[in-house]
Parts: sequence; structure tokens; C-alpha cells
Amino acid sequence: MLQQAFIETLTMVGASTAIAAVCGLPLGLILACTASGHILEQPVINRILGAVINVGRSIPFIILMVAVIPFTRFVVGTSIGTTAAIVPLSIAAIPFVARLVESAVFEIDRGVIEAAQSMGSSPWQIIWKVLIPEARPALVLGLTITTVNLVGYSAMAGAIGGGGLGDLAIRYGYQRFRADVMLQTVVLLVILVQALQTLGDWASRKLSRR
Amino acid sequence: MIQLKGISKTFSGAKAVHALNNVHLHIPAGKIFGIIGPSGAGKSTLLRCINLLETPDQGEVWVDNVRLDTLSPKELRRARQKMGMIFQHFNLLSSRTVAENVAFPLEIAKVDPAQRRLAVAELLELVGLSDKANAYPAQLSGGQKQRVGIARALANKPRVLLCDEATSALDPETTKSVLQLLKSINEQFNLTIVVITHEMSVIQEICDLVAVLEHGTVQEWGPVVEVFTRPQAQATKRMLRGTFAANIPPELLDRPSQSRGPRRLLKLSFVGDRAHQPIISHMVQNYKVDANILFGRIDQMKDLPFGMLVLELVGDEERLSQAVSFLESQQVELEVLA
Repeated sequence: MLQQAFIETLTMVGASTAIAAVCGLPLGLILACTASGHILEQPVINRILGAVINVGRSIPFIILMVAVIPFTRFVVGTSIGTTAAIVPLSIAAIPFVARLVESAVFEIDRGVIEAAQSMGSSPWQIIWKVLIPEARPALVLGLTITTVNLVGYSAMAGAIGGGGLGDLAIRYGYQRFRADVMLQTVVLLVILVQALQTLGDWASRKLSRR
Repeated sequence: MIQLKGISKTFSGAKAVHALNNVHLHIPAGKIFGIIGPSGAGKSTLLRCINLLETPDQGEVWVDNVRLDTLSPKELRRARQKMGMIFQHFNLLSSRTVAENVAFPLEIAKVDPAQRRLAVAELLELVGLSDKANAYPAQLSGGQKQRVGIARALANKPRVLLCDEATSALDPETTKSVLQLLKSINEQFNLTIVVITHEMSVIQEICDLVAVLEHGTVQEWGPVVEVFTRPQAQATKRMLRGTFAANIPPELLDRPSQSRGPRRLLKLSFVGDRAHQPIISHMVQNYKVDANILFGRIDQMKDLPFGMLVLELVGDEERLSQAVSFLESQQVELEVLA
């Protein structure tokens, strides 16, 4: 039971992190590059995108999960289960990742971007050869935070039958007074989060050449 | 090589800043051109107008007979590949090794990898950093970082090198060696170099021509020796104060003479070869006057020695005037102070 829940958690967190990263990275880059004074300054696009992302971030997850049920059914064919839970988890994480990417890009010294421009780089070349590589350590740290957040969010996935460790703790540990199950799941969650954070810190350090 | 015609630039904001005001400059090919001025004078903006990192509100920018300010973004990028730029804070990519940093502009210009490797090795050799090819910028000293910056700026064989306070973050010793490198590059490749700085010594050491910028306008410009020995603008005089022989300690002039009889107080300025010749000793021997050196200094401007002496001549009236006319015939800058 515990093992199955653990695998469900890993599936939900892993898949939604991957999807959020893939969708959030370009969104974050657009957000950063269209900001005023940046390489593709576009105030209107920037403001609209920023507003949409803020809306996404302000909806409580449990409500979001229910609200997107029709969309979930459309994408994965069902609205309950582990796979179905991946959809709202990803949707919740995408705006979060976008903001993290934006701030990671803003961290890059403007002088470095100016240097690339002075050498005749196109905006596209600056994104690929300067922004992404230079932001990599910060991006890895941001992704670590996202993953840990998603571990927490995934506990709520029980509401739509997503399963996972958090769900197990609520249904067995809390509602059926099984203190042993509660303890086991919590310990497992703590270990998982610690492991993820350690891995993220290590990878970020490894990438940083400062 | 570079011509700026009537460049103006205003930064709008809560309080509009007129950074540049109708600036005209002609920077000849193969020269090292210095732009000096106090901070806030508009130096950085002016330099950035040359490669259009700043777009001037008015005026024309010509580099190598191409008008840059009307080019399409794509054409401008191509033009920029032929203009190198180095920065006060180096602006290297921290995620790339030294060799990869130098390769960056070659990647931008889509040079093929084999050629790129060859060029990078050559450039690192040129700046004396072959042994640091695989180091990351964080492992280098300031001077080494600037050398990487220079190698990177030269990668696409530019016609022009723009230097934005390139030595301001370096210690005096390192500054000297970086300036020497710039000078040798200028000679070796006949590269036109534009230097902006607030440091007199940078201009003095490597520049052929200088423009003095203040309040967004060029106060005066010309050959360094000319501008520094015969400053016209107030801004130049202010900057030179205490740096060059331009001013003599006033107490020297007020001091009562030690000797009785006729005397002359003269200020002599020598430039170039004249500074090496024993003019004073000729004068003393031939005209039998006594010369008393009250004040003197010799500076170096790029390769030109430049000296200044304040002399008190004592003797009889006739010899004194003969001595003075001798000095006048010697192509030294002479000023009779008293």
C-alpha cells in the first residue's frame, strides 16, 4: 500500500514537474525578455502575460483542481486517478515556474547581455547562448522548489482520486486513526523532500561556475 | 573611420537628461582616440552611439563609410560583428570557459567549428592566456579577465575597437599592461580604437587624439599633445589641474628675486625631440647668463616626451634679450612671466 502510494506520488510529481518546466520555461523567457528595457521589449504582451500568470497563481489549488475537470477529461479522457491529477498539478505549477524563470533571467548581469548585443547577436542567439546557460544554476534551484511544492500539492490530489502518499496519510492515518500509517507516510515524505532538495542544490552548485 | 554628425540624445523620465548635445566627431582610421570627461558627461552614451547600443535621437553615425543608424536590425547586427567592444566590468559569460568566451562572437558570426578552434588558439596566444583556455572567468584576475575581453572583441577581426572604461576596475600595474596590449594591437592590426575614460593617464599613455566631453558636448578636441599643452576649454584646464605642467605653483612667481639686477622669469615647454636637446646649457654657455631652475617636470605622452621648465635668468639686459631671442628661435614654447 505504502509502496504503491509512493510510486503514485513520484509519478504525479515527476510528470507535472516535467510538463511545468517545458511550458513554464518559454513563458518565463517571454515574460523576462518583453519586460521594459530588455531585449524584446513589448510592454503590452508583458502586461497581459503577467496578469494571466498572476490569475493562475492566485487560484487555490483545491479549487483549481475541480475547476479544470472538464479540461482534464478532454486531455486524458478521465477526471479521476493519478494520471488525471497530473493535469491540474501541471497547470498550477506552470505560472510558478514562469515567474521563477523570469527572476532567474533578471538575475543575469545586464552588461553580459549588452556585450552579446555589441557582438551582433540576435535576440534568439542571446536567449539560447546567454540567458539560458547563464541562468542555469538559478533555473535548477527554481525547479527544485517547484518539485518540492508539487509534493505538497499532490497530497490534495486525493480529492480527485489521484492517490499518493499525502492521500494515504489523510485517508488511513487521519480518518481511520492509523497512527502507524500516518507516521510512515510523513517520514517517507520528509525523506523525499530532503532528497530532492539535496539533489537540486548539488546540481545547481555543479552547474555554477561563479 | 568613424564619423558622428550632430548626435543628440535625451533620456526621458521624471527628469529628462540631455546626455548628448549636437556632438560632431571624426575619428581617423588606425588612431587611438580618447574621449575624456567627468562622470555624467555622456561618455558612455557617446560610445554606445557608435555601435548603436544607444540610438541617438538626432544625428548620423558613420563607420567605415556605412551609415549605421538607418540600417535594418539584421544589417546592424552584421555591422556590429565588425566592431569589438570591451567593458569596465569585462562582461564575460560566467558559464563558459575562457576559450568558449572567445569563441562566442565566432559562433554568433557562424564561423565553422574547426576554424573557430584555430582562431581562438591564436587569439589566446595574442593576449598571453593560452594556459588559461579551460579556466572559468571566476578563476581569473581582473587583468586576465580584461585580456579575455580583448581577445573576444578581436575575434571577428573588427576594424574598430570600443573601450568603455576598460581599465577603471584594474589596479595601476594591470592598467599599464592592458594599455600596452591595446597599443600593440593598434600598431599590429592598424585597428582604430576609441577609448572612453575619466583617467588622464590613460589618454596620456596611449591616445593619439583626444576629445574633452562635458555636459554632453565636445569642449575641444585634437592631438593629445596639443590639447594637453595648450588647453583652450575651461573643462580641459580643470581636468589638467595638478596633472600636467600647465600650472605653476603661484608662490614661485611671487617670490622676491634672490639676485640684484635685471632678470627674466621664463616658462619653457618642450615637446618631442626638443625635450632631449641641451638647449639650456647652450644658452648659458653662449650668452653668459645665469640660469636658475625654479620648477620643472617631464611627462610622457604616448611616445612623446613633454617637458616644462620655469627658469630665472640673471645677467645684463643685453645678454638677457639675446638669450631670450635664442630660446625663441629654438622652437620651444616660450612664455615670459616676468
